[in-house]
Amino acid sequence: MAQPDSMATQRLRRLLLHPWSLGVAGIAVLLGLWTLVAGLGVVDPLFLPTPAAVVAAGQEEAASGDLWRDISASVLRVLGGFGLSALVALPLGIAMGTNTTFCRLLEPLLALLRYMPAPAFIPLLIIYFGLGELPKVLLIFIGTLFFNTLMIMDAVKFVPRELLETTRTLGGKKRDLLLRVITPYIAPQVLDAFRINMAAAWNLVIVAELVAAESGLGKHITLAQRFLRTDQIFLGLIVIGLIGLLIDLGFRMLMRRSCAWAT
Amino acid sequence: MNLVLDSVCKRFGDGRAAQLVLDQISLTMHTGQFLALLGSSGSGKSTLMRLVAGLEKPTSGSLSLDGQPIRGPGSDRGMVFQKYSLYPWLTAAENVAFGLELKGLERGQIRERTAFYLEVVGLLDSAKRLPRELSGGMQQRVAIARALAAEPRLLLLDEPFGALDLQIRESMQEFLHNLWRSTGLSVLLITHDIDEALLLAQRVHILAPRPGRIVQSLSLDLDKGDLHELRISTPFQTLRHQVADTLRQLDRDLP
Ligand SMILES: Nc1ncnc2c1ncn2[C@@H]1O[C@H](COP(=O)(O)OP(=O)(O)O)[C@@H](O)[C@H]1O
Ligand SMILES: [Mg+2]
Repeated sequence: MAQPDSMATQRLRRLLLHPWSLGVAGIAVLLGLWTLVAGLGVVDPLFLPTPAAVVAAGQEEAASGDLWRDISASVLRVLGGFGLSALVALPLGIAMGTNTTFCRLLEPLLALLRYMPAPAFIPLLIIYFGLGELPKVLLIFIGTLFFNTLMIMDAVKFVPRELLETTRTLGGKKRDLLLRVITPYIAPQVLDAFRINMAAAWNLVIVAELVAAESGLGKHITLAQRFLRTDQIFLGLIVIGLIGLLIDLGFRMLMRRSCAWAT
Repeated sequence: MNLVLDSVCKRFGDGRAAQLVLDQISLTMHTGQFLALLGSSGSGKSTLMRLVAGLEKPTSGSLSLDGQPIRGPGSDRGMVFQKYSLYPWLTAAENVAFGLELKGLERGQIRERTAFYLEVVGLLDSAKRLPRELSGGMQQRVAIARALAAEPRLLLLDEPFGALDLQIRESMQEFLHNLWRSTGLSVLLITHDIDEALLLAQRVHILAPRPGRIVQSLSLDLDKGDLHELRISTPFQTLRHQVADTLRQLDRDLP
């Protein structure tokens, strides 16, 4: 006969069934393998630093303030470039989604531009704007604008005709359709598009900094390469990953908070 | 309320792709009347409804409401669609209040009217629920409440129960019938459901497809005291079979 589970067993089972537990386990296994392989000394520590060495590198960088400077430089570039892109993509995407002429005019152009890899614009941007902040911000801007715009346009096109027509029969004018129906209806998809394209922005800023920069996490990595500091390279990569993850979670939380009806 | 359609034609597209969807539709409707348009799918029912709502313009012919030509949509003609009828991000009460806000009514008045019409459709309890938390039938009742709250002269229903299960559909028909009887509303109902048209309407126009045209008009003087009784009564069943035959014949005659 089956015995009723003890409290501890029940708690353990609940923990194991938590949707995050597998993900956490995956990360733990990778960390374990890393510790093991690095600890056995079969790989040259120059190629594979131990986790402890990476943590130490992090403490060193945090204490000197370099880590915070690099993080804020990269984050500000992403915010600037992506913010600009979102600001342009919203009206442009909505205009293309609601106006056939506008859509026919711009969609082929954007579809073409979208296939030009943004990093390939770096040489041009450097020739035009030098090595300062502007070319990096612009790289993120052009690298995300077309995706943002096309995704917003698609979201607008999928607003059910019935919903728009109901609004008109209730006395709604163009302005009401735009602000009180289309905007709230597409909000979840727009947030989702931003979340996905933010990953691209985060990639682009690193690429830009790898090529030429005074500061930033990409710069941190190239500098570490010059001095063969693999521990610092690992640190850079992990920080980049963690910040990306935080941004993703931030968007998901915003979505749950503001668009509960769609989740 | 006096709705007059005179020789209304509607054509979509031009040149070789042109398609005549409605051909010479003429009909009139008066205050308090319950009129149904019955036809198989593709017979242009929705198009006709959208013309009355002012969402489309006729290719030729005229439509007028109380002597004024219909030029565009307006809240004097409340409309309920089969699908996507509610704003999914708004609660039931906010959905009902939506049209009143567009009209610029003051807050107190909006709250009062919203509560009143939610009560009319029996959903005051669900005022704070989101559409996805409501059953299909409840959603359609909220949509009807929202249309009614604007106090339209005419209620336009485009297969409002078409997406519901049979059981719920019957109770919704009951609901609509009682609503009409108790309020004296003017209702124009579109449906491909023969029972629905014959049970609810006083007058039924049968539409033939391609092009959509009125081939038969029935005035019904059935005793509508008890819809359930009526459904199973012999005269109703006989009529129902006749109409079904007519519709079948129309589909068979298609080229
Ligand atoms: N905006 C439109 N453009 C072109 N054809 C249309 C349009 N709206 C409806 N039609 C055509 O008109 C015909 C009748 O459609 P509809 O009025 O929706 O019929 P029903 O509601 O009876 O099913 C269909 O063949 C449909 O393809
Ligand atoms: Mg239809």
